[in-house]
Amino acid sequence: MNEALLRSLTPSVLAILVRRGADFAAAEDAVQDALVEAVRVWPAGRGDPIWDAKGWLVTVAWRKFLDQARSDAARRRREDLVVEEPPPGPTPAVDDTLQLYFLCAHPSLTPSSAVALTLRAVGGLTTRQIAQAYLVPEATMAQRISRAKRTVSGVRFDQPGDVATVLRVLYLVFNEGYSGDVDLAAEAIRLTRQLAAQVDHPEVAGLLALMLLHHARRAGRTAPDGSLVPLAEQDRGRWDTELIAEGVEILQAALARDRLGEFQAQAAIAALHADAPTAEETDWVQIVEWYDELLRLTDSPVVRLNRAVAIGEADGPRAGLAALAALDASLPRHAAVAAYLHERDGDLVTAARLYAEAAQKAPNLAERAYLTRQAARLNARRCR
Amino acid sequence: MAKYLLLKHYRGAPAAVNDVPMDQWAPEEISAHMQYMNDFAARLEKTGEFVDGQALAPEGTWVRYDGEGRPPVTDGPFAETKDLIAGWMVIDVDSYERAIELAGELSAAPGAGGKPIHEWLEVRPFYGTTPTITE
Repeated sequence: MNEALLRSLTPSVLAILVRRGADFAAAEDAVQDALVEAVRVWPAGRGDPIWDAKGWLVTVAWRKFLDQARSDAARRRREDLVVEEPPPGPTPAVDDTLQLYFLCAHPSLTPSSAVALTLRAVGGLTTRQIAQAYLVPEATMAQRISRAKRTVSGVRFDQPGDVATVLRVLYLVFNEGYSGDVDLAAEAIRLTRQLAAQVDHPEVAGLLALMLLHHARRAGRTAPDGSLVPLAEQDRGRWDTELIAEGVEILQAALARDRLGEFQAQAAIAALHADAPTAEETDWVQIVEWYDELLRLTDSPVVRLNRAVAIGEADGPRAGLAALAALDASLPRHAAVAAYLHERDGDLVTAARLYAEAAQKAPNLAERAYLTRQAARLNARRCR
Repeated sequence: MAKYLLLKHYRGAPAAVNDVPMDQWAPEEISAHMQYMNDFAARLEKTGEFVDGQALAPEGTWVRYDGEGRPPVTDGPFAETKDLIAGWMVIDVDSYERAIELAGELSAAPGAGGKPIHEWLEVRPFYGTTPTITE
């Protein structure tokens, strides 16, 4: 039984049920039931004996949907609900997978609901897997998904949506990283690849490139003890050069179309890092230029903060500190950036104090440990 | 089985024996401390006694209801707050003695100079469910 194959078929099977007239929420449940059934009855470890896996899933899911619709109808004593089974035949060639992406990222959904619904309806993950990945009880995740389905129940399936909302959802999934059984970063890449195959859009390509370029560096990002390794200290031999090459190629093709967007600009910055054989050889001047582009596109304070770091590398720590001075000190990671620039400027006392302050404000334990270690390193050096 | 909360405080607990702030430790001492905590949790998972462990950021805000149609009132964080929880571990063990034994081990996590911190941890029993057989 090939789980990857099963999961890749999920959205198109679901879309076929909806196209046949099933409502989205019921169809989604039926597809999940069919996936569970497939896991149960398809023999394991002997390849896939079912030559038309998609046809099998459509048949089983449709039957489950009809069973449910009939029992609902009986329960409600509503004789007017007539579910007609369409004649059996080849599954339609039209692929509505893209519509599913739009529906699951609908603007009426909160980000957490959109993420959960996308992972289940498009990704084919079970509620239990999604709950584990987000470290919440399964019952909580089940509620989140069923509320999300209710929210989009009135949305027409055939209306085009906004690709930008879909990209935001996929970006959120990717950034969640991995905990438990499910590798959400890998799942986000799979879903973005699938989306890129459905829609020709430079920002979809930009996001895919961005994900690949970051994913390629994953093995170098953590030490064996689980602690964070900053970019400059990473063992570049552990980066995945094939993923980097693929990311760069996808990015170049997207940039050539001359419709720049924020994901392409972010990917360009990631590509410049990935491209440097050593940290010292990083092309910081070009990175600053890309941050300028990114600022024109987003005007985000976080981008300004990262730009200050890049300026510190390109033009020296004083220039970086000058760029930083224009920013609100309450920005997340502001103290960490200031500490880094002061250390590079040779002011170890200020740097140690700011690293300790940054550790207090760190958004997660790994960063807190890293920043505390930086403060400890400078304090230890001063004492000697 | 009974559940206990092992509470670690940023401040408010009596001073530890080896009371040096973490940013004054050697970097490798910090790594050794982290490793000890991770190993401890992993070992309790293996013995079937681990329930949950979470760490809290040091900054919090006080919030209270301010009447119909009004946004909640927020205040703080207060520097003078005496007690500040840093994190917890929930364990499910056979006896109070076992809970005390484990808290003692956790308190022995290495700190400055590689020596045990001997920090004070608070052990709080959970209220359990009413047993089926009460008479």
